[in-house]
Amino acid sequence: MTDWETLLPVLGESFQQTVFMVSVTVLVSGLAGLILGVTLYATRPGNLFANQTLFVVFNFIVNIIRPIPFIIFITAIAPLTLILMGTTIGTTAAILPMALMAGVVIGRVVEQNLVASDPGVVEAARAVGDSRLHILAAVVVPEALAPLILGYTFMLIAIVDMSAMAGYIGGGGLGNFAIMYGYQQFNWEVTLVTVVIIIVMVQALQLAGNALAQRILRR
Amino acid sequence: MAEIVLGPVAGGEVITSQEGAMSAIVSLHHVSKEFPRQGRSGPAAVLAVDDVSLEVERGSVLGIVGYSGAGKSTLVRLINGLERSTGGSILVKGQDVTHLSERELRKVRAGIGMIFQQFNLLKSRTVYGNVAYPLKVAGWKKEDIKPRVAQLLDFVGIADKGDRYPRRLSGGQQQRVGIARALANNPDILLADEATSALDPETTNEVLKLLRRVNQEFGTTIIVITHEMHVVREICDAVVMMDKGRVVESGETYSVFKQPRAESTRRFVATAVHSRPSRETLDRLATAHPGRLVTVAISETAPTPVVAEIFARLGIHSGVVFGGVTEIQHRILGSLTYELNGDAGAVDAALAQLALLTAIEEHATSSPPVHSATESVLASSGGAS
Repeated sequence: MTDWETLLPVLGESFQQTVFMVSVTVLVSGLAGLILGVTLYATRPGNLFANQTLFVVFNFIVNIIRPIPFIIFITAIAPLTLILMGTTIGTTAAILPMALMAGVVIGRVVEQNLVASDPGVVEAARAVGDSRLHILAAVVVPEALAPLILGYTFMLIAIVDMSAMAGYIGGGGLGNFAIMYGYQQFNWEVTLVTVVIIIVMVQALQLAGNALAQRILRR
Repeated sequence: MAEIVLGPVAGGEVITSQEGAMSAIVSLHHVSKEFPRQGRSGPAAVLAVDDVSLEVERGSVLGIVGYSGAGKSTLVRLINGLERSTGGSILVKGQDVTHLSERELRKVRAGIGMIFQQFNLLKSRTVYGNVAYPLKVAGWKKEDIKPRVAQLLDFVGIADKGDRYPRRLSGGQQQRVGIARALANNPDILLADEATSALDPETTNEVLKLLRRVNQEFGTTIIVITHEMHVVREICDAVVMMDKGRVVESGETYSVFKQPRAESTRRFVATAVHSRPSRETLDRLATAHPGRLVTVAISETAPTPVVAEIFARLGIHSGVVFGGVTEIQHRILGSLTYELNGDAGAVDAALAQLALLTAIEEHATSSPPVHSATESVLASSGGAS
């Protein structure tokens, strides 16, 4: 029998850790990814700030980081994590690789959504005499808001997934909980409960994202 | 910005086309635009605009016509600096815009309205938001923006649609929003890039009527890009024909329609004035009508009553079997193909008289020339075919 009386507080704490890691990562990588994505979009040939060199550099950075399996990425940048966060273990340490990887992926997601947007609207905004920076902020991003919300929802869920992996190398959170009390103790019940919690979390996030995007699309 | 004026306010007066007859608001001198080759393996460099010189008279409506790829869209984008020219000079209201910085260009653009084929409205903003956008960019105060937007929406006839999103509007309504947005800052130049090409014929005419009003009420100079001669016929005072980046013909709309010189212009004019019978039609007409078939160019020098009178005076039975007349800039233009029955000498005399007034063309008949004695029932269709 599973000793839920002892496990429940640990589960609660793990849940909080996951929420903490995911929230901080989403905030940091969401903003960084937005800036990276907009930069990639704007510096593309023919776009508002067309700049071959910048585009190639940013594109290259994204392309080398993105394909690295996350679990390997965490260990690969451990020296950097040590310098920046002072430790390589624990929830706080896990945030750095999470934010870096998520930021890069979000950058690509944002870029792809912006590239698919209508260049005619940008032209109309330029014709009105608006500045290029203001066009990016006031036209380009708002015009792509619905697909961006869906992209961010997708990334939010990917970050939940990442947090579970970060847990494996001592990041804490639900992933850590499932490994320590489920997998390693041969307690399938604990694993199942954790999986259910994660599924419910992900479903709730996806539903919220869909609803929000739908509201914007409907106008 | 306290006083809200609809229409150009520069200099405090609206300059009509008569007063400004000699003043060009836009002039291009040997302008060219080359798009460089894209990368090493990309498509070759394209000379989209090739040594174009033209003047746009203040207060006029100019049509730039050509097939797609003729460079007309690029040409207008050079005027408001959306594209940079690679040669020549472009004067907008006396200012050379070819070497301006992006910051300086923004000021020029704010004084030039632009409307588009696909309307290019901001889908994330309401109609109100779309029209308010250029005002916000121009630094209008919030309390001034509201009445101004209301005034503009009223002018374009969609006063009740302010809180709608563009997606909810028909194409014609969306273009009205586009026009309201383009007029927001009282531009004295309006660029219309295929503004009616995505609209059905009826909506096209409504939008053209609106553009006409913009020109007449505010004296706004309008540069219309189109591949539809119908648009030129309806609203343009002058027309420029472009082909492969070059201007192949230009002139007052009526004279270009009356006597197109370039081959491409001739083909374009034929799409708007379907009045000359084709080879096949002529063969059919010749079989159906035994009389002599003559096509007469109808214009101010030879209007239909004058032609009819010449035939009547010489006792010729004339009937229109093909053709049409229309108005270009309120002046009659067209061509009518008549079947003429009567004394051969009288017909010859009539044709000789007509030839002094206008262009005529006699077509070969399938049967031998009809003699005066022959009584034939005239096909007096009378109207345009």
